[in-house]
Amino acid sequence: MKQTLVVIGNGMVGQNFLAGLVAAANGQYNIVTFCEEPRPAYDRVHLSEFFSGKTAEDLSLVEDGFFANHGITIHLGDRAVTIDREAKTVTSAKGVAVQYDKLVLATGSYPFVPPVPGHERKNCLVYRTIEDLEAMTAAAKTGKIGTVVGGGLLGLEAAKALKDLGLETHVVEFAPRLMAVQIDEAGGAVLRRKIEALGVTVHTNKNTSQIVDGDTCVNKMCFADGEELETDVVLFSAGIRPRDDIARSCGLEIGQRGGIVINNQCQTSDPDIYAIGECALWNGMIFGLVAPGYAMARTVIAGLTGGEASFTGADMSTKLKLMGVDVASIGDAHARTQGAMVFTYQNGASEVYKRLVVSEDNKRLLGAVLVGDANEYGTLLQYCQNGIELPENPDSLILPRLSGEPAGLGPDALPATAQICSCYEVSKGAICSAIEAGCTTVNALKAETKAGTGCGGCVPLLKSVLNCELAKHGYEVNTDLCEHFAYTRQDLYNLVRIGEIRTFDELLAKHGKGHGCEICKPAVGSILASHWNDYILKQEHLGLQDTNDTFLANMQKDGTYSVVPRIPGGEISPDMLIAMGQVGKKYHLYTKITGGQRIDLFGARLEQLPAIWKELIAAGFETGHAYGKSLRTVKSCVGSTWCRYGVDDSVGLAIELENRYKGLRSPHKIKFAVSGCTRECAEAQGKDVGVIATENGWSLYVCGNGGMKPRHADLFATGLDKETLIKYIDRFLIFYVRTADRLQRTSVWMENMEGGLDYLKSVVIADKLGLCDELEQQMARVVDTYQCEWKTTIENEDKLKRFRHFINSDQADDNVVFVEERGQIRPANADERKHFKLVEVA
Amino acid sequence: MVWFDACAVEDLQPNSGVCVLVQGQQVALFYMPATGSVYAVQNFDPFGQANVLSRGLIGDIGGQAMVASPLYKQHFNLETGVCLEDGTVQIRVYPVRIDNHRVYVGITGQAS
Repeated sequence: MKQTLVVIGNGMVGQNFLAGLVAAANGQYNIVTFCEEPRPAYDRVHLSEFFSGKTAEDLSLVEDGFFANHGITIHLGDRAVTIDREAKTVTSAKGVAVQYDKLVLATGSYPFVPPVPGHERKNCLVYRTIEDLEAMTAAAKTGKIGTVVGGGLLGLEAAKALKDLGLETHVVEFAPRLMAVQIDEAGGAVLRRKIEALGVTVHTNKNTSQIVDGDTCVNKMCFADGEELETDVVLFSAGIRPRDDIARSCGLEIGQRGGIVINNQCQTSDPDIYAIGECALWNGMIFGLVAPGYAMARTVIAGLTGGEASFTGADMSTKLKLMGVDVASIGDAHARTQGAMVFTYQNGASEVYKRLVVSEDNKRLLGAVLVGDANEYGTLLQYCQNGIELPENPDSLILPRLSGEPAGLGPDALPATAQICSCYEVSKGAICSAIEAGCTTVNALKAETKAGTGCGGCVPLLKSVLNCELAKHGYEVNTDLCEHFAYTRQDLYNLVRIGEIRTFDELLAKHGKGHGCEICKPAVGSILASHWNDYILKQEHLGLQDTNDTFLANMQKDGTYSVVPRIPGGEISPDMLIAMGQVGKKYHLYTKITGGQRIDLFGARLEQLPAIWKELIAAGFETGHAYGKSLRTVKSCVGSTWCRYGVDDSVGLAIELENRYKGLRSPHKIKFAVSGCTRECAEAQGKDVGVIATENGWSLYVCGNGGMKPRHADLFATGLDKETLIKYIDRFLIFYVRTADRLQRTSVWMENMEGGLDYLKSVVIADKLGLCDELEQQMARVVDTYQCEWKTTIENEDKLKRFRHFINSDQADDNVVFVEERGQIRPANADERKHFKLVEVA
Repeated sequence: MVWFDACAVEDLQPNSGVCVLVQGQQVALFYMPATGSVYAVQNFDPFGQANVLSRGLIGDIGGQAMVASPLYKQHFNLETGVCLEDGTVQIRVYPVRIDNHRVYVGITGQAS
């Protein structure tokens, strides 16, 4: 008979254990698991992303149907409360009793709340579960100031969350520096300055003595040194404690300061009961990271499936981005090893701090600390973990490389056994085999080997192994735009900009070959339009445009066009509506409301377009650029003008934004939306640029998308006044225009950007590249040179000549046939066409 | 084969196309100034089933002059009419002659 395995706890480690076990055990066990939270495992490491737009679903670590597909019984929202080791039974809070043959405890930890008087007051919260995040969100709605107690790794993550919620943020730390466990004093000082530069106030050497009623805020923290701090929200992040209560009450051995004691096989004092993750105490140590928890899970899986494995401690090296600041700690960061020598590099201007801890003989790397720039993390970790002999001058590994030579250790220097991903223990050898088997992208490698899908710290190294191996196999990663240009779109943009090239022919003569094609012509046409903003039907640009741009309308399946006048912000007067209705009626056009809050008129023949537009322009309309890769619409809700809940004038801002950016040619279409409050009726978080009004100013979201591949936009900045908002959007858009690939929406552009959202912020907000002035000036030029292309066209008799079906006849295309449906026209289908064609000709 | 006067040379669009009606047939004319070539092919797109090829982008692929359908982007060789994506599909091509600033299209099997 099958043995029953019970797993208590479905956190990151519990889930990792289940996934590994079902892959290895081949149905050997009947598996039952208890999860006290209302939802199965999610990614706690990236919890703060909940505030930059990710949902609970995005954070989930459980594939759809995982439990059902593997026959696992999960009791969600039900906590296991007792273990009867005699009867080998687990009983839950809801009274479910399950007999086990083997039992795995993955109960995790709970946040430690210092027992200071007042710690249970209103808005005194912890940061551990999605429910905690929801409580924070609720508390932040009415508060202005938030304080994190604890300046460790989690505390700084929590501080980022408070900041994302728009609160003035403080961090209170008992120790004299931040991240005291992982980094040394000098590194802590650099980190502190960087964090403070981001607008977070750091208080070190602060011992909270009590929390009482605030004078100006909900709470007031009183410190042992007599100082006080008014704050609305208090977030405790002062370390974790193992959840060992259930083990304790059934008599398992517990460490003096808590934690379920385990041996090298992760067995507790009862050999049928295992403990893994943050609840387990191995060799006197609790491991508060996921990688050691995963290593314990692998050990238990091996034990349960007849293999042999031992847990022998774990590497506590970490690399993370705390509020946009890179911080990494490797091995013996504090140089506690006998005879260890230390090298440090500090660049005061750019606030970079690096420290190497090296063995007495100068040959082995024992540890390292990196603050402000952690690019060398991957290389240093390899030196440290694989015992690779250091170069003659170890400090060369952390000194800036001025000559541009590649960073220290190339992937070729790594042995096949070198561990690239420590979360999933993936070796370089395993990655190379996956590449041999056909994985040619980082995403394919992630899917195949899981490398890079844990903390993500190894992704740059993964990428360099991939590139190195591909090059060895003779693959050339071809990023050419097409056969006519051996450049990427970004390269071509730079060639146009720096070479001041104004035509396709000039660019082709200088940098390309052949005559061009339907890939490069529109791409270059778009680049020229973005940069110089000429009239797109100028003779030298005419042949570059797709048919939609050539005729300033959208070609439909039967060769007729649709016409979309601009309706900024979706606001339209009755008179304008009537005027548009009259045009639709006069030319028998099919009329439909679009998703972007405007009106599309279908079924216009090529030769009708000029007449239709003369009437529309006379009525006050402008072109809507529905045909272009350019700004489409700025959708809005009605906002504070009418809405009971509105916080600000979303329609007014939408109209202003639409009028500012209309006509900007870009790599792909761009959609905006503005919502007047956080109810978000304009769906701004699904747009390339989304703006939401809050009590503290405008919140800016970027790189969202609906359509085929929906992407929730990222929160980019909060509490903005209109001037700053527009400045950021100017910079963002031009940076996108300059650097995206052809037909790449902002969402995909963001997904592929190295450094992601933080990098984009560093460019657009912190002006890391020193480009912001230039980006703004370029946008100003585009805005100043705007023209309604239809107005220009109908005033130019020469251009109108092309708007005929035949250049030598006034006849119409007899292949265009409409029938009526629901009182409007539509293109005839093949059967109808046979019949109606006769009617048409007659 | 009979030559028919289709339009004036000035009616052609450099690096682009126009459509002419010749003997009841819709003919797309393309002018590539870089090589001095004028091409004539049927205007009907066999994939999209619409008269739109004259509004496609032109250029070259692997050294062959081509037009890309504006509807679904298939390429047609402007000299042979063969579709680059599907060799079994071929559109009609017409000979072209320039004479005295007029463009003539040659049509076979047709009396003048």
